[in-house]
This record gives sequence, C-alpha cells and structure tokens, in this order.
Amino acid sequence: MPAFSFDGTFADWKRAARRALAESCPPQAARWTNARAGQVELELAESPAPYGWESEPPARVRVPRAFLTLAQEAACHSDPTRWDLLYRMLWRLGHGEPHLLEVTVDADVTALRALAKAVHRDVHKMHAFVRFREIPTAAGSWFVSWFEPRHHIVEAAAPFFVKRFAAMRWSILTPERCAHWDGRTLTFAAGATRDAAPPEDAAEDLWRAYYASIFNPARLKVATMASQMPRHYWANLPEARLIPDLIASAQPRTETMVETSDRHRERDSDFGTASVPGSRDLSVLRSAAATCRSCPLWRNASCTVFGEGGPGARVVVVGEQPGDQEDRAGRPFVGPAGQLFDRALQAAGIDRAQLYVTNAVKHFKWEPRGKRRLHQKPNAREIAACRPWLAAELQAIQPDVIVCLGGTAARSVLQSSVRVLETRGRWHPTDFGAPALITVHPSSLLRLPPGEDPKAAFDQFVADLRRVSARMMGFAQGEGGALIRDDI
Amino acid sequence: MDVVRKLQILADAAKYDASCASSGTTRRDSRSGGGLGSTTGNGICHSYTPDGRCISLLKILLTNHCSYDCLYCVNRVSSAVPRARFTVEEVVRLTLDFYRRNYIEGLFLSSGIISSPDYTMEQVVAVARTLRVDHGFKGYLHLKTIPEASQALIDEAGRWADRISINLELPTAADLQQLAPEKNGARIETAMDAIRLRIQESTVQRAKSPKAPVFAPAGQSTQMIVGATEATDATFLARASHLYTRRGLRRVYYSAFSPIPDASRKLPLVAPPLLREHRLYQADWLLRFYEFNVEELADARRPNLDLALDPKLSWALRHRDRFPVNVNRASRFELLRVPGFGVKTVDRLLQARRWHRIRLADLTRLKVSLQTVMPFIETVDHTPTGHGLDDDNLRARFAPPAEQLDLFAPAGASVSNPA
Ligand code: SF4
Ligand code: SF4
Repeated sequence: MPAFSFDGTFADWKRAARRALAESCPPQAARWTNARAGQVELELAESPAPYGWESEPPARVRVPRAFLTLAQEAACHSDPTRWDLLYRMLWRLGHGEPHLLEVTVDADVTALRALAKAVHRDVHKMHAFVRFREIPTAAGSWFVSWFEPRHHIVEAAAPFFVKRFAAMRWSILTPERCAHWDGRTLTFAAGATRDAAPPEDAAEDLWRAYYASIFNPARLKVATMASQMPRHYWANLPEARLIPDLIASAQPRTETMVETSDRHRERDSDFGTASVPGSRDLSVLRSAAATCRSCPLWRNASCTVFGEGGPGARVVVVGEQPGDQEDRAGRPFVGPAGQLFDRALQAAGIDRAQLYVTNAVKHFKWEPRGKRRLHQKPNAREIAACRPWLAAELQAIQPDVIVCLGGTAARSVLQSSVRVLETRGRWHPTDFGAPALITVHPSSLLRLPPGEDPKAAFDQFVADLRRVSARMMGFAQGEGGALIRDDI
Repeated sequence: MDVVRKLQILADAAKYDASCASSGTTRRDSRSGGGLGSTTGNGICHSYTPDGRCISLLKILLTNHCSYDCLYCVNRVSSAVPRARFTVEEVVRLTLDFYRRNYIEGLFLSSGIISSPDYTMEQVVAVARTLRVDHGFKGYLHLKTIPEASQALIDEAGRWADRISINLELPTAADLQQLAPEKNGARIETAMDAIRLRIQESTVQRAKSPKAPVFAPAGQSTQMIVGATEATDATFLARASHLYTRRGLRRVYYSAFSPIPDASRKLPLVAPPLLREHRLYQADWLLRFYEFNVEELADARRPNLDLALDPKLSWALRHRDRFPVNVNRASRFELLRVPGFGVKTVDRLLQARRWHRIRLADLTRLKVSLQTVMPFIETVDHTPTGHGLDDDNLRARFAPPAEQLDLFAPAGASVSNPA
C-alpha cells in the first residue's frame, strides 16, 4: 500500500496529495505519514520507503476555493484520520463530484465541516483565553503567556495577536509551538513547558476582583458557562479558581439580598402623599403641615418647622431643612447658619423682614453621634415627599424671585439636580412664575474645606445675594445701571 | 479608597446591564499608526461567569452616586449601597492594563447621574477621548449616554464610541412614570432618534469617502427590564419591533429583574423566571431573522409567550394546518417556520436538495433533532402519520413537566439597572 510522507503541514500535505492523485492512488489505498520529528500521524503506513516528494509534484489540481479554506482549517485538527478524509474528498472532487461541497448533507462534507468548526472554535478560544503576564526587561515590558490549545493552531491563531498587540513585545508558549513577536517580526519555535512562563502576579488580583464583582449570584447558569468556557481551558485562566466559591455562595447571597429587600419594603410604607389643603392661606397650610406624616422624618424630629414671613414678601428663600436649633425652636434659620445668613443679608443690603424663609424639607433629619444630633442630608424621596408643602407656600406668596440655598433647595424648586458651584449666581426658570437664583447654603461657609479663605467665600455669597437686591431694584449689579436683561 | 475596592463597587453596580457585546463594528488594528488594540467582526468573549454571562468588556460605572431615584436600580439615590467614584485617569489605566493582558475587548462605561446630565456625560466622554486620542486605543468602546445630555456631548460620544446605548428600561410611559419618575420616555426616544440620524449620516458620508468621520459604527442598543411591572410580552415585543424598525436599533436586551442589595418598594416580591427572559430573546430572534411579526407570537388574546415551549414550536402547534412541510419542495420561508430548523440548516438543505432528495438520515448528519421536526415535515422516507399533527397529545410531548420549569426560576425579588 503506498504511503505518502510529508512534514505535517497543510502546505506540504497538498504537495504529497498532488503526487498521490497523479499516481491515481485511490483513497482507500493511500496512507499519510507525518515525517516531522518522528511524529507518525498514522501508523498504518506499510511501505517502508515512503514515496519521495523530493522531485516536483505533478501539475495543479483544481478544487473549489471553499474546499481549500475548509481543508486548511480541518488539517489543524488533532484527529489523526483527518488526512484520509481530506484525500478522500480531494479524490471525489476530481472524480465526477466537483459539486461535492454543495451536497451539504454528505457524510464527508459534514465530517469536514465538523473538523473545521472545532478548529475554528479552538482558534477563537485561544484569542479569548490567552492571558499575558508582564515581565519588565531592559527594553521595556515583555508580555508572556502559557496556553494549551486543543488542536494544532498556534500558527493560525498568532496573526490576531500581531494585529492587536503590534506595539507590544510578546510570546505565547504552548506545549507544541511557541509564537514570538518582537514588535516587527513574528517567529515560531518549538514547544515549551509551563515553567518557562512567568508566575502569577499582582495584577491578576485586580482582574479576579472584577470577575467576582461582575458575577450576579441571583442568576446561576453554570452549564451555560461551562459550555462556553470548557473546563479544558480553566487551568490557565487566573479567574477560574474563583468559580467553585462563587457558585457555592450564590444561594446564601441571594437570600440575604431578598431579606434586606423585604426590610426595605416595610420602610416603604412610611411614605405617602402629603395631604395639602386646597387653601392657599399660610396659616391654614402651617397648621396642616404640623401633623404631616408623609415621610419617615417626622418620627425623630420634635416638630414641623414651617416657613416664616409675611404673605406680602416678594422674595422667598428656600434652605435645605431645619437644623438642631431650628428643630427645638420650631422656627427656620435661627441656628448658626441662620445667623451667618443674617449677616450676609445685611452686607447685601437686604432686609430680612422683606423675606419669607423656609426649607425644602420641613422636619429635621439627624443621626445620633454621641450626645449630639448630627445633621443628615435628606434623600431624594424625602425631598419629593415634602415638596407639596413648599409648592403650596410658593403659590400662596407668589414671590417675584426665589433664592435657593444649596443643592437640596435647588433640586426641590427646579425639580432637577443641579451643580451648585457651577450654577450659582445665575437665574433659572421655575414653575412658580418667578425665577430662582442658586447660591450655596450658608452652613457650607461654616464648614469650609481647609485652605479656603472664609472671607472670600463670604464675599462671594454676599455677591450672589446682591443680585437679588439688584433685581428687586430692577437694575443689574455692575452693569452700569442698565435695565436688567432677562438672563434666565 | 483603593482601586480594588472602587472596582468592586463600580463593577457590582454595573452588572445588571445585560449588554456585553463587542461585535459589529468597523475592523481596525494597531499594525499601522501604532497605538493599542484591534476589533474583529464578531467580538470575543474573554471569560464567562457562573451566571452564564460573558465578559467581553470591562463593564463599570464611572460612579454609582446618582441623584435620580429609579426604583428598580441599585444606584438610586435612596439606596443604601456603598458609593465610589473613579477618576477619568483610573478608568483609562484599568482599561489599558486589562486590555494588554488580553482580559477584555474594551470598555463599557456608564455612570450614575451626578450634578447634572451634562456634567456626567462630559466625564464619560473624557474617558473615551483620553483612550482614543492620548493612548491610540483601538479596542471596543461602548458608552451609555444620558438622554438629557446636550447634543454636542452625545455627538462627541458617538465619535469615540463603537456603540452607544440609552436604556429604555421600561416599555411603556406609565411604567416609567411609576418606577422612574425622573425619566421621560418621549425624551429617550427623541434622543435615540437623534442618534439614529447621526449614524445614518455617517454611513452615507463614509460610503462617499472612507475618510469621513465614523459615528458609533456598531450602532445603538437598549435594554428593558422584564417582570418589574405588569407589562406583557406582547408589549415588550411590540416595543422592540418598533425600536428595530423605526429607530434603527441594532440590539434590544431583555433583563429579568433580579434581587439587588437594598431593593425598593413597588417591585413585585417574586423575580420572574429567567425562562421568561429566555423566551423573549427567542421571540426577538424570530422577529429579526425568521420573518415573524409580533402578532404571530403574542397579541391581545395571548399577551404572554408560552413558558413551556419555545415560541416557534408554540406557533407551529397553533398552526397545524400549515404542516407537514415537504422538505424537498417547500420554500425557504416555509422551512424557516419548522420547529427545529435553524437558518443555517435551512440554507444547507436548500443547497443539498438541488443535488439529491432529502432523507431523514441527511437531517441527522446536519444535527437536526428528528424528534422535534418529524411531526412537522415530509421527506422521501417519512410522512408524519404515527405522530399525527391532529394528535391532541402533541403539545404534551414537547412541554416539559411542570416541576422542571422551576429550575429556571431564581429565588427572590427586585431589579436594577444603571443609567
Ligand atoms: S419632612 Fe416633610 S414630608 Fe416628611 S413628614 Fe415632615 S413635613 Fe411631611
Ligand atoms: S437607572 Fe441610572 S439614573 Fe436611574 S437611579 Fe440608576 S443610575 Fe441613576
């Protein structure tokens, strides 16, 4: 029986196959011997002296391009019988079945496609699962990976890494072949062993942290994972060692989340819709608000702190929420921040008696810290729950301008979140028939970050407030007395 | 706070977004012009987590601080989760480090809304710009955009990103009103349409000159949360079909809401089975590749997909008069409707039957499940008599026993999805 020897590559097999065809050697008779490094692909070769391929093989054999593409892929498969299949198909293509590939249900065609698909997948998985480790060298970083493919695919898979990491220097070591890229040329060398590759490094901890955090324990689909990332590859994936623990802890983690949600659900019942009376008489509103229970804040506070000022006020000033002293006094802006505000008003030439002052949230929200009650920022739900009261106050007074002190006030009045530092000192349109000026909350001047000049901060606050008096007088500050343009 | 801790918080906050695709963009690589990275046509999944989802992109939030209060979302302002914020530089460094080690295809960045939509969007865009301009990064970028952000910022996002998305989250205006009061469905659609126009414009320009600037070449996608409200499958599919045909979306993702830390009110107590999400994806697939329309899959009379059967099989059982289909004569359209035949199988059969007549053994070689298809087809050597289409038990033969369905149902409640 004739045996055809070749060096184990597809290119050389093609040459041997052309010779076999020229000899009219039928597929069932041909034997393929991989002569490279004593690896015998098929031991059935009976002829002691393989057919030489020293002399040039015969004329070209014409086959469909699609066959060559598939065959080249299939040739990388580790199945030792692949050369028989390839030659059989080559034979059939040349012996009356040039359309063979179109018979998509033919046993050889489906077998060829299956081999090619397995190789294709292995190449794809190599592109996906190679993990580089970084080694510092005199010439800069060198990225090295250890990988174990299933088929003979290193040559086929390497160009991808050249395209992707062209500017890096890298090596991919595998048991059978190694690929090296020095930034200019791609070379292949004999196989290596695992210990030739660098050991684990710290950057992999970061990657594992990501892997563990992006996993959603509430939806366990282990089989899907294992079909896409077969266990074969796990040994060389730094993240794979987390898998058993992630699976084991998924159920308890999910249960805890559900329990916490249930607790939260109870808290939800604390929220309601404020029952604001239809009247726009401030005293009616004030006494209705005194018994408001529309959000949980009333529970820990002493009383509702409603707004203060005459119904004829032309300016409404909105703060965040009452503080410790306001809560005790039942009046807004009487604590340290209120006193600072008074000084700033004076400096800006505004008489507090012309104002109506109130807060976006009417109950004091706090947290115990030793003996003190530490101010806590109201959250969006609390602000939203309390907004109907503020809206009623604004409708009752119908001011010419609104002043928002800080982000909470601005959020409630404008119904959108704004960046105070970027928007301060400017006018913004509102739903209340009056523009709103945004500035900082006076309490922020009491807790300036270190290094900030308190005098400058105070002056800027006063400058913002001067825009209010200027507008009230109908003239813009610093614009040479020109009539204010609507800079809303 | 160190970077590991930030990464934990901000990946955890991002994981409820189902999208992770890195496919469908222009091909580019770093061989000429330096830089780092490349893109392939189909994208690559670099790892899989035990939830069966792939890791293709580094999927993180820039920050999980958010001033909005979308009730299904773990990042909403009223949720008591730990908060963190990356700097632009930190995200850039993480992306490049992971990329060089071949962990990822690129970055999927979104963010909670801090200060203002524009401020937030500006930060997200800055990350993309730094990666592209300063580091010559050629990998995949997916940016979540905020509908309220200014057009100029969305335009810049589209210039750097491969894909842009805005999550619809809930399929109807009423649902949005109920669970995400600060979001506005009309506004979202307007923003999507503006993006669609930009993409179209860029495609036209690039057909004339390949030098014309790209705009989100991998298109835009969105996500809807399933099971957080009463919305039916018919509603979801109608919405998806609208988005595909009218807004030119490349992909609609469905995400069964799942328990989140510190979940909120108004969400149903029990999470919907993952199976419902799976059925929606199958139906979505039929819309896009099998020439089905929404009404054939779900309508007012049967508003929800059959959980026990895949939507095509379920359709076939309701239209038994259309079967059996003769594999040797039927049209492509008819063959595509046979339960158990995929697009690839159908195309192979059409090619093969020009050369010989199809038998059951041929189907086996194409890896078709005979058990599924036999009641619905005729071949040279088979006519369905034994398992007659009139058989009342046909459905029972396909439907799995009830308990088995429970395997797909996760325990618990609640949902989330960033920005
Ligand atoms: S803070 Fe406002 S909404 Fe909450 S209870 Fe007090 S008055 Fe009512
Ligand atoms: S969905 Fe987006 S906007 Fe809404 S709370 Fe979550 S992060 Fe904020």
